[in-house]
Amino acid sequence: MENLFINIARTLSDWLLQLGLSHFWTDLVLLVVQWTAIILIITLNVIILVWLERKISGFIQQRLGPNRLGPFGCFQTIADTLKLLTKEDIIPSQTDKLIFKTAPMFFIIVSVLLYAVIPMGKDMVVVDLNVGLFYFISVGSLTTIAILMAGWSSNNKWSLLGAMRSVAQMISYEIPLAFSLLGVVMIAGSLNLSAIVAAQSNIWFIVLQPVAFVTYFIAATAELNRGPFDMPEAEQELTAGAYTEYTGMRWALFFLAEYTNLVAVSALAATLFFGGWQGPLLPSWMWIIIKTYLIMLVFMWMKWTFPRIRMDHLMSLSWKVLVPVSLINILVTGVGIEIFKGMGW
Amino acid sequence: MIMNMDSLVFLIISAFTIASALGVVLSRNIIHSALALILTFLGVAMNFFDLGASFLGLVQILVYAGAISVLIIFAIMLVMKPDSAATNPPTPSRDTHFIGGLLAWLVMIGVGMAIGLTRWPAMASEPAEADAVGTLATLLLGNYVVAFEAAAILLLLAAVGAIILAKGDENP
Repeated sequence: MENLFINIARTLSDWLLQLGLSHFWTDLVLLVVQWTAIILIITLNVIILVWLERKISGFIQQRLGPNRLGPFGCFQTIADTLKLLTKEDIIPSQTDKLIFKTAPMFFIIVSVLLYAVIPMGKDMVVVDLNVGLFYFISVGSLTTIAILMAGWSSNNKWSLLGAMRSVAQMISYEIPLAFSLLGVVMIAGSLNLSAIVAAQSNIWFIVLQPVAFVTYFIAATAELNRGPFDMPEAEQELTAGAYTEYTGMRWALFFLAEYTNLVAVSALAATLFFGGWQGPLLPSWMWIIIKTYLIMLVFMWMKWTFPRIRMDHLMSLSWKVLVPVSLINILVTGVGIEIFKGMGW
Repeated sequence: MIMNMDSLVFLIISAFTIASALGVVLSRNIIHSALALILTFLGVAMNFFDLGASFLGLVQILVYAGAISVLIIFAIMLVMKPDSAATNPPTPSRDTHFIGGLLAWLVMIGVGMAIGLTRWPAMASEPAEADAVGTLATLLLGNYVVAFEAAAILLLLAAVGAIILAKGDENP
């Protein structure tokens, strides 16, 4: 069980080599297979996640949630997906067509690219990049542009307001997000995600870096535009923010990308703070799934528990609380590392 | 086969970068220009990756494509007229076309001569380590720490200055 996926990959590459393909083409085919698998997992996962989110919100609000299709309403999302796929694709006449059409594609591509560096099990990472964590942060920063493109090209004041809010929020929260991760990097001594997981074989970094985890969690919620920080698409005031003019599959792509980002950010949290794929008894790829899902449940719990906060409060939380706290955390971590080194630890 | 593949990858990336750079210049819609600029930055980042400088490429994406371009778009939105074509009008007279073209050619020739006349040193004998981040960090916070800190203070002062300018004097 442990090496299930690795064995599948090895069998495939052996078979391709036997067919007389060169190493270059074998690697290329394997890469395509890996990405296809990731995209399939993401897409199917979103079906479960949307159902889970609706069930949890129902539970928290003392409702039943979806309960008509299938046991516990679990086929509801599949029906919704089919509806979205068959809906008419409306493009309003006054939009900037090219950007309007490319924005959802750009968003989903960037979100999927995040999965390249996340270790999904022992020796299971698409690209074991030396600067993996930095890759995650910098590629993640591109999602801002997709939302800006969507908001601007829609030519609608709600869309533009939503995009502006989203950009202001995401740029502000990128700073505490990156700073909070620095504490982990300092202890692990590497930006490579596999090395960070390996450094946690004795003790999880949540124990050593609790402040960093809290900062990361709050900043990540804001980066994801999720409640209580969902100002960009605050539906009571902005209809649907940057996505107001989108219908059918294009809208669904945004939705898909948001959940893709949620999974990626949760998987990163599991990797950095909860020991990644390490765990007893169960195979490693199952551990990362369990941890990611537990963290996502906390994200959902937060979303449906706290009320949305005001825009200026949101900004002052980032600049006046999270940035100083994460800077102090870096200082304390640095001093702590030196003290422990001095004690010969 | 593999050797050709390297130059093929380089050619594809360069063609992408140049095409998006042309998009910046030729696009009539100024927002399209700004978005094409993002693609240009991404192309340059890809070139860095191709050369094995993954850290530099990621900095390029984070700073230029992720942050600076957003600032550019915001600046454009602030000064934009309701009709985006009116914000970016074609140059009015033939004379300015001529002068602009002449200046552009002069710069091009200057850059071309500078490239042609420079004696490029041969590649340093040992290739860079795989862990370029560590080397970079040691250099930045070791040998060049004064320059590094000076740049940091300069940026901090610029940020504080911008905030003061934007907020205005509170005690006039």
